[in-house]
Amino acid sequence: MIEFLKRLFGQPSSSATAKERLRLVLMTDHLELAPEMIEKMKHDLVDVISRFVEVDRERIEVSFERQDRTLAMLANIPIVAVNRPNGTGTNGNGTATTGAVKEEPAVPAASTPGATAATPPVRKRRRKKKAQAKAAAPAGAAAQ
Amino acid sequence: MHQVQSVPAEPAPSAPAAKLGRAIVLTSGKGGVGKTTTTANLGTALAARGARVVLVDADIGLRNLDIVLGLESRVKHHLLDVLEERAGVDDALVSDKHSENLFLLAAAQSREKDEVETEKMQALIAALRERFDYVLIDCPAGIELGFRNAVAGADEAIVICTPEVSAVRDVDRVVGLLGNRFRPQLIVNRLRPAMVRKGKMLSVEDVNAILRLPLLGVIVDEPQIIVTTNRGEPLALQRESSTGAAYHAIAARVAGEDVPAPMPPVAKSSILERLGSIFGGKRA
Repeated sequence: MIEFLKRLFGQPSSSATAKERLRLVLMTDHLELAPEMIEKMKHDLVDVISRFVEVDRERIEVSFERQDRTLAMLANIPIVAVNRPNGTGTNGNGTATTGAVKEEPAVPAASTPGATAATPPVRKRRRKKKAQAKAAAPAGAAAQ
Repeated sequence: MHQVQSVPAEPAPSAPAAKLGRAIVLTSGKGGVGKTTTTANLGTALAARGARVVLVDADIGLRNLDIVLGLESRVKHHLLDVLEERAGVDDALVSDKHSENLFLLAAAQSREKDEVETEKMQALIAALRERFDYVLIDCPAGIELGFRNAVAGADEAIVICTPEVSAVRDVDRVVGLLGNRFRPQLIVNRLRPAMVRKGKMLSVEDVNAILRLPLLGVIVDEPQIIVTTNRGEPLALQRESSTGAAYHAIAARVAGEDVPAPMPPVAKSSILERLGSIFGGKRA
């Protein structure tokens, strides 16, 4: 009866809690076990962003953080210069750099909602692989 | 499903070694999930099918498989005696009390896991495969050298997982370490159907939504396992018991027979439980 009341008031069952904890812990484990995947993702991410702004590749930081019920990817990508809206050249000068440094905190903040949405694809990707190729890549990575 | 393909292929032409047995490691990462009990029961069930089976206890330093099989008084030599050539394989193999097709190669009790040389272990398992249809290797817990040695000679893996967060996490890790070569298949052990219904335990579906492995079967957590272990007589000897039958069904699946994976009885939930799941969403 207590169980019934608890459910009535929306407290998740312990198996639901277990499922949720398991999901998160495994995402974290898989990321930890595949550093080369993160490197590749970082690389591709920068490639995309670089189409719009010039970034400082050396100082990019990518991290993962548990946020309540999701795993979020936080990327700190210092912007060196911003392309002219209609032009092609970059504005690489001193002022642009300092301006970019100021903008830095805005970048992870802006990336958070996007990152939350970006989390499932990471997981999906692995699942897909596992289903198709029986976890060829993650398994291989883990074996090392 | 791989099993189904590989088994009929065995008696077929396969050129070099026509009748090599299968070496299957039973592993889990986490300790205490029932690897040894499962090894004893699966071995008993496979032997009951007429297959020649040897069980290798690779848990060096923590010998247990002899106890579960009730063979502790018959062990004269152990795995390390054989690997270090103090005894021949035939001197060390202990024949089972109930089946003349079933043999045990016990672990050393007074030695340590890293005293085993991986190449020698591989060679021994290869030699056993020539004489037996199944070589079941009971792997120690952990993912260190003991695990690597146990896995070294095997060509297939069965992973044992209980419906707990820690066990699933460890199996996930072990499956990653095993890679594709072992085509791991899953046994979910110690499931309590009543708790699953009440939303107090992960279900088989929950576990395998994460692991995504071919499911060999589910073994319910039942007190009788403790009783049979006390007596040293695996539950698989009692074919009429539902859990004994489940082990036989798993053995049939391992042998490549197209029988359904044994699942716990789907008992009807009470009205209260149903109401609970209506109000509480999909939480059961």
